[in-house]
Amino acid sequence: MSARIVHIASNTFREAVRDRVLYNLIVFTLLMSGAAILVGQISIDIERLVVINLGLTAVSLFGMVIAIFIGIGLVSKEIEKRTLYTVLSRPVRRWEFIVGKFFGLAGTLAVNTFFMAIGVFAALLYVSHHFLKQDGWVLVALYFIVLQFLIITALTLFFSSFSSPLLSAVFAFSLFVIGSFAEDLRGFAGITHGLTRWLATGAAYLVPNFSALNVISSVAHAQPVSGRLILYNSAYALVYATMAICGAVLVFERRNLK
Amino acid sequence: MPAIEILGLEKTYSVGFWRKKPKQALRPLHLTVAEGEIFGFLGPNGAGKTTTLKLLMGLMFPTSGTARILGREINDPVMKAQIGFLPEQPYFYDYLTAHELLTYYGQLSGVAAKELSRKVDAVLQRVGLPDSGRVQLRKFSKGMLQRVGIAQAILHDPKVVFFDEPMSGLDPMGRREVRDLMEQLKHEGKTVFFSTHILSDAEALCDHVAIINKGELRGVGAVADLTSSIHGKVELVWQGTAVPASLRSLGAECHVTGDTVRAIVSEANQDAAIEALRRERLRLISVTPVRTSLEDYFMQKLQPAEAISGARA
Repeated sequence: MSARIVHIASNTFREAVRDRVLYNLIVFTLLMSGAAILVGQISIDIERLVVINLGLTAVSLFGMVIAIFIGIGLVSKEIEKRTLYTVLSRPVRRWEFIVGKFFGLAGTLAVNTFFMAIGVFAALLYVSHHFLKQDGWVLVALYFIVLQFLIITALTLFFSSFSSPLLSAVFAFSLFVIGSFAEDLRGFAGITHGLTRWLATGAAYLVPNFSALNVISSVAHAQPVSGRLILYNSAYALVYATMAICGAVLVFERRNLK
Repeated sequence: MPAIEILGLEKTYSVGFWRKKPKQALRPLHLTVAEGEIFGFLGPNGAGKTTTLKLLMGLMFPTSGTARILGREINDPVMKAQIGFLPEQPYFYDYLTAHELLTYYGQLSGVAAKELSRKVDAVLQRVGLPDSGRVQLRKFSKGMLQRVGIAQAILHDPKVVFFDEPMSGLDPMGRREVRDLMEQLKHEGKTVFFSTHILSDAEALCDHVAIINKGELRGVGAVADLTSSIHGKVELVWQGTAVPASLRSLGAECHVTGDTVRAIVSEANQDAAIEALRRERLRLISVTPVRTSLEDYFMQKLQPAEAISGARA
């Protein structure tokens, strides 16, 4: 990887840290602690299910909010504040800037998720006093959540490369919501006919399939995740995020910085 | 090889939401800047100076035309490693300290890691911020930010430096320091291309200037040539406040300031005017030919083309 991409990514990570983005971990810690104590007192035999469900959902939502709200400003804020001028007047190619920004935010989210994962496992240990073999699937669910972050980060970066932060947030959030029901959309496409079928199928395959990346419920019920799904989801996230980044690069390469 | 060659660079925007209309921000611009000189790019606000600089920096794409810097195309990374750029009213990542920001820019410019810290300290010293390296930029004044901007432009020892309104936001002392710095850069063999609308700065610093207005190049030349054309008039300065009546009859324009009088007369009447002062026993201080100032040239070039041709007719 180009050294310039690494420097841009490091600076993006540093910006997130200095803007106190990781303070969300405090809220998360309070949430998990409160939930663990409460669940330990009121639940019988389903403490683990509640803690895993609640913990992983919180990891996903906190991360999505960070990905969208930082991602929408990654390019547009740099243009608006003109900080980009002193970067692009150096031997930095535009695609390196986009890719560096992507890795910077993806790195921030990965670190954030790592600390949240510790919180989830600590809460799990608190309610059941020991780990079980099936708790390993929680790690797979966390991995899928990180894959979702990669997709949404790439998408917000794409939107940020040509539209305002507000519109980027609307687009990204809409795709997150629609993508969470992607399987239902595909099911709907299957029962329609004619033009509607074409449109629904097109939309179903265009939006990111977040529902396939959501295994929180099955993991909470101690159900295993197949190796095939892990492989498929990894490839899917990689291809989808790469395509979104390529789109962002294509737009940004042609953009006049007024 | 010229440091900068601008070959018909042109920029047209589409303005309007529904029915887009073309707006020409820069008409085809041809300009050559030699290596090792200070070149002033002058024009009023909105003349097209910043647009030209953005085109040269690859921040915008020209509608037509091209440019070469150090013999290379404008988006060539090899060339970009050898240039520095200070944008107008620069804004930097304010969560960083000055030292961190310059280190980041040094990394992006390809400065070797082992030299970077020393270079950052040296450049902070050079722009007058030796003790502010560890302070976050959000605590900097406008003048300090301008100095950081200059520091980032020269940090990597570029061969060509582009400054967009470098004196903006600086107090008189700061402006003087920036002028000195630009002269130092010239002595180091670097080419300095700077835009300004402050003519005294340009007159004091530049070897050549170009004047642009409404996106059109109106004049270009060596400052020494532009300011040396004699009007055929002389300026007499003498002590006192008295103006001899005979001098007025020679058509002199007189201005009394304190205890000196300045009068402008035609060269043909110079001897008669001196004689008139001698007769009145007034103490003559100086007799100087009147030269065109850069300001006169600038104002002349800013007039619409029709007005100039009308005046000539």
